[in-house]
Order: sequence, then C-alpha cells, then structure tokens
Amino acid sequence: MSFLTLEKVTHYYFSKQRVTKALKDISVSIHEGEFIALLGPSGCGKSTILSIMAGIISPTEGKVKLQQKAIHAPSSEIGYMLQQDYLFPWKSILENILLGPKINQTLSKEMKEKGLSLLQEVGLEHVGSAYPDALSGGMRQRAALVRTLINDPKILLFDEPFSALDYQTKLKLEELVSGLLKTYHKTTVLVTHDIGEAIAMSDRIFVMDSNPGTISKVFEVPIELRNEQPLLARRHPKYQLLFDKVWEELDTKETVSSLGGGI
Amino acid sequence: MKQTKDDDRLFQHYLTSVRKEKKRVIIWQVLILISFILIWEVASRLYWVDPLLFSSPTTIYQVIAEKLQDGSLLKHMQITLLETVAGFLIGTIAGIFLAVSLWFSKRLSNILDPYLVILNAMPKVALGPIIIVALGPGYVSIIAMGAIISVIITTLVVYAAFNEVDPNYAKVLKSFGATKRQVFQHAVFPATMPTMISTLKVNVGLSWVGVIVGEFLVSKQGLGYLIIYGFQVFDFSLVMMSLVLIALFAAVMYKLVERIENWLIK
Ligand SMILES: Nc1ncnc2c1ncn2[C@@H]1O[C@H](COP(=O)(O)OP(=O)(O)OP(=O)(O)O)[C@@H](O)[C@H]1O
Ligand SMILES: [Mg+2]
Repeated sequence: MSFLTLEKVTHYYFSKQRVTKALKDISVSIHEGEFIALLGPSGCGKSTILSIMAGIISPTEGKVKLQQKAIHAPSSEIGYMLQQDYLFPWKSILENILLGPKINQTLSKEMKEKGLSLLQEVGLEHVGSAYPDALSGGMRQRAALVRTLINDPKILLFDEPFSALDYQTKLKLEELVSGLLKTYHKTTVLVTHDIGEAIAMSDRIFVMDSNPGTISKVFEVPIELRNEQPLLARRHPKYQLLFDKVWEELDTKETVSSLGGGI
Repeated sequence: MKQTKDDDRLFQHYLTSVRKEKKRVIIWQVLILISFILIWEVASRLYWVDPLLFSSPTTIYQVIAEKLQDGSLLKHMQITLLETVAGFLIGTIAGIFLAVSLWFSKRLSNILDPYLVILNAMPKVALGPIIIVALGPGYVSIIAMGAIISVIITTLVVYAAFNEVDPNYAKVLKSFGATKRQVFQHAVFPATMPTMISTLKVNVGLSWVGVIVGEFLVSKQGLGYLIIYGFQVFDFSLVMMSLVLIALFAAVMYKLVERIENWLIK
C-alpha cells in the first residue's frame, strides 16, 4: 500500500513579472520504509516537490496524501531538512535540536535526554552547549539531522544535505544517515545532484525533467546494491552499470535544458 | 596543541604591545583635551577672541560652581536628562512596536507605506509649535519632541531588517508547524537584535536634538532653556556651560547604550 502519494501535482509560482511553471502533473507513490532519490537538472523543481510534500507550500493543483490522509499544513510526522543546515546562530546546538519539540510544546526532560542520546549517536556529544559558528560543515549537518530526527517523523525529506561538504565527510555522512534510517526504518526522499549518491543510498531513483518539472524516468536499484552500505555499494559491479544508464538519461536532459535556456 | 614556554613568551609579548599602544592613545587623547582647554583659556585672557562671546574655561567653571551652590543648575540638568531618557525610550519602543505590527500584517504595511515615507521625509522639529499647542507648553511636549524625532526612522529601519531575515529560517520553523508568532520569536526577533541595538545608538543622539529644540521653544527650564536664556541676556558663559554639560551627558548616555549592547550581544 502506498505511504506517501502525490496525485497529479502541478505547481506554479506567481510573481508580478511572470508565472513560473515549476511542476506539472507529478504522480508518485512511495511505500513505507522506502528510500527514494530525486535526481534532475538545476531548477527542475526538486526543492518545490519537497516543500509540497512537507506541507510548507500547497500545490496549485493536485493532492498530497500521507497514509491516505491529505496533507494541508506541516506536521511533526514529516521531517524536512533544507538545502543548507540553517542552524540558528543565536541558539546553542542543544537548543537548536530541541526546536521542534519547543515549537510543538512537547519539550520535556525525556525529550532532552533523547536529544542528547541522538547527539551521541552522530558523534556530537561534546558540542551541545556550543554555538553553530564553532562547528565544521559536517558537524553542523549532523546537528541539523538530529534536529530533523528528534520529532520522530514518519517520513524524512532531505534537500541535498551533503552537497556543501568535502568528499570524505560526505561519504562518512552517507554511511551514518543510511545506517540511522535502516535502524529506525524511515521512509525517505533524498534530493541530490550526485548520481553515485542516489545509487548508493536509495531503492528507487526518480529522474526529473525541467520546464516544467516532470518525472521522466524511474530506475529500480538492484537488490544487491540496496542491501549494501553506501561505501560498499559504490564498489559493486552493478553500481557502474546503473550509473551509466542514469548518466545517459540525465545527459540528454542537460543538453536539452541548456539549449532551452537560451530561447 | 601544546603550549610551550616559547608560545607563552610570544603571547605575553603581544599583550604588552597591545597595552602599550592603548596607553599611548590615551596619553594623546588627554594631551589634546588639555591643550584645547589651555589654548581656549589663553586666547580668552589675551583677547585673541572676545571673552564676552567665547567665555573661558575658568569662567565656565565658576558659573558651574555658583549655579550648583544655589541649586538651580541641578534642577535644569535633572529635567533635561529625564526628558531625554523618556523621549528616547518612548521613541525607540514605539518605533519597534510599530515595526512589529507592520511585520505581522503585510496589508497594514502596504496601507501605511506612503504615510511613513512622508512622515520620515518631514523635518520633525518643524512640528514643534503644533505639538506645544496640542500638548501644552510643558515637559509633555518636550518629551513628545524627543520621541517623535526617532520613532518613524526606527520603524523603517527595524521593519526593513525584519524583512531581510533569511526566509529559510522561517521555513525550518514552519516545517515544525510554527505559528507566525513563533517564527517571529525564534527567528526574526533574534536575527535583528544587532540592528535594533544600533538604532538605539542613533536614537540617543536624535532624542537630544528633539529635547533641546523643545526646550528652546517652550523656554521654561532645562539646559536648552539656559542656552536660549543666556543668548537673550548676552551671557555666553551660560550658553557655553550648557553646551559642555550637554556634550558630557550625551557622551555618557551613548556609552551606557554601548554597554547594554555588549551585554546583550556578548
Ligand atoms: N519562491 C519562488 N518564486 C518564484 N519562482 C520560484 C520560487 N522558488 C522556485 N522558483 C522557480 O521554480 C523552479 C523550480 O525551483 P526549485 O527550487 O524547486 O528547483 P530545484 O530543482 O530545487 O533547483 P536546484 O537544484 O538549483 O536546487 C525554478 O525555475 C525556480 O526559478
Ligand atoms: Mg533546490
């Protein structure tokens, strides 16, 4: 049964100068516990899809359903991690990760302990009282991850969480996130520019097309790769095979969309 | 990293050089002040400048001593200081409050926009006579002048700062289901703290302008009144004395606000 469903979602951005057709007729259904990667050229509407799934913007047309219930507003059932960490510089790391419970007025002693143990799980047990400025990019990203996980959302939405990190930090974080998500059996949608990351982490890959944004192709990741940790999956023979196929699909898009950009 | 003896020595060396430089600066500042006072005194005694118009440090000192003794100066100082502090607080708080209301209601902001622009462009002290007619020739009018001069500019500056806060902070909060009030409390307000503090500093200076002009107009008491009175009876020692005191108080108030800033921002 479908866990998260988009039915014919279309979204336009209106401004005084123009109307931007960001998404057109997107229909997807995502199963419980599934890991979806969303790949596509810049500006094809990936962040828009996530914001719609999170209930932060409501689509111009179409429906979003979580467990058959329509989503109209954000809720703690959905965890959304933005393109950058957006830790609040005027709050300590502990205050930052407890922001969700504070907003929902569920802040309690148990919640605090949960926050501390999650920090420990991502290797940040010593920085609870530090401020975000004092942390490296990778540490900040992990703190932002904890902030998203603390509400125990049923579904996680990640918008290029690793794109600003150096390669090694990124690989390590991929391991960490993939491990955490497997343990807690979370449904996840990950937006990325990185084909390798998409293959190494996900179960299915949605490739998008731009102007207007549509889903042009869906790739199933072979079961052998799904069961591996991301680092090992990258070394698997089947990895390269899929990589080439996805690359080819995206390659045609980049040329088309860059030509289209000139018109 | 391990702190070796050598590191420690270099650090001490650095500290001494910083201290030395600071001392040098202070010596220069004191020197300039002393020579200014000395030159003023000498110029006045030797009639390089007209002592009737420009007075002299010793005369000013005598006037201060005399007026302190009969108690009249203390009263004038108290009144002016109270008016300035009240005008400053009212102007700043009302300005921030208005900015917050505009932020909460986009429509209100659109409606009020042209009026704010006009009020801001208007030279506020020109409203003085009308304020006095409306509120009476007393301290209420003068406080109103001290407040009105800073309230609109505070509103505009703080509201602009509210709007410049990165909307993604709001997005993070909204993803947790935050209300508009919570977005304001957790993101917009703390993010604009530095701007609000810097408007405090500007407003200190503005309130002095409003209050002194108000005292010119009402002409009953206060340091502004002493300036006008001294001018009318051709007692320029009185004028100079008031100016010196105003400069002193304004500087002290500015420093106090700076203290508050350091304490708030840390
Ligand atoms: N608030 C907005 N107002 C108007 N247009 C917008 C807005 N946000 C996005 N768009 C437009 O909608 C389209 C899709 O934007 P979106 O941010 O979803 O793309 P994206 O795939 O996430 O891009 P990137 O890979 O660069 O992050 C783009 O053409 C963008 O210019
Ligand atoms: Mg994006």
